[in-house]
Amino acid sequence: MSALQLDTWGWIVLACACAYITKLAGYSVPARWLQGPRMTQVAASMTVALLAALVVMNTFASGQALALDARLAALLAAALALWLRAPFLLVVVLGAAASALARWWGASGIMLPL
Amino acid sequence: MSSLPSSATPAAPRLTPAVRMGLSISFATGLYGISFGALAVAAGLTVGQAMALSLLMFTGGSQFAFIGVLAGGGSGAAALGAAALLGVRNAVYGMQMKALLGLGGWRGWLGAQLTIDESTATAAAQQQPDEQQRGFWVAGVGVFVLWNLFTLVGALLGDALGDPRRYGLDGAAVAAFLGLLWPRLRQREPVALAVLCGALVALAIPLLAPGLPIVLAAALGAAWGWWRAGAVLRQRRAAGGAA
Repeated sequence: MSALQLDTWGWIVLACACAYITKLAGYSVPARWLQGPRMTQVAASMTVALLAALVVMNTFASGQALALDARLAALLAAALALWLRAPFLLVVVLGAAASALARWWGASGIMLPL
Repeated sequence: MSSLPSSATPAAPRLTPAVRMGLSISFATGLYGISFGALAVAAGLTVGQAMALSLLMFTGGSQFAFIGVLAGGGSGAAALGAAALLGVRNAVYGMQMKALLGLGGWRGWLGAQLTIDESTATAAAQQQPDEQQRGFWVAGVGVFVLWNLFTLVGALLGDALGDPRRYGLDGAAVAAFLGLLWPRLRQREPVALAVLCGALVALAIPLLAPGLPIVLAAALGAAWGWWRAGAVLRQRRAAGGAA
């Protein structure tokens, strides 16, 4: 069985086409399937699930491992700011500031062996 | 332009909450393009190839995975596989956005390209349809413009600008996603779901291939929503029977 021989550009074009087709696939689902109170609840729950996953991934993921580092400071600062009803932009800025400060103070982080 | 209904206008000029969220998340994410551009060139790609990825693939996780595999000495096929896997969540986003926004015609083709974590998250975090549209398009176009601009900067300047983490950009992304999740946590049930999914993802990251943990979380969320909707329906039927 011969492998597909492509140069770097070939793989890039193929990967990009794959990415776009994947995005389109979601939109190709018939609209009727996505309607109704049940699907509305599913969509709402999926949103919470995806946002929570993105928060955890962006805070703790380091390649295929987990790490505790300066991003945790950002999570805590953002949570505090949100609890104190700070506006969205301020929350983002505070998150950036918290992790930059934590890193500057020498928080290089620890990997979590699992 | 002002004669069009607001829901048909991609980016209304007023700074509504959705627009502000979209702009904030565009800056937080777009600046990260520097990191991608620099890493792509370090992995051996030309500036043109780095730009092609940011313009045509336009999905951060997949892009980093692609160059990551190449940088590690992997084959083009492996890079394609990793990128494809990380792109699966965009299909889930596409379904969500189709249900939420109902894009048709040329807006559909363009909207698909702009369907990424940030545009979906910003749209889904809004309550009203016009804000949902604004959030999606402002975040989508904003991230596209800034991500590509800064990919170019990173590819050209390489390491000269230093690590984006020094400026806390990774912390900005964490804060942005938490900020989008927060309004949804007003009741106990979504909090429980969020904690459960967060724990699942944390457990899955070391165990599963990149990109799979988040798809697993989406599946858990869908199952939870399905079960919950069923429970509500059964409650209503029981209440109706007793009345």
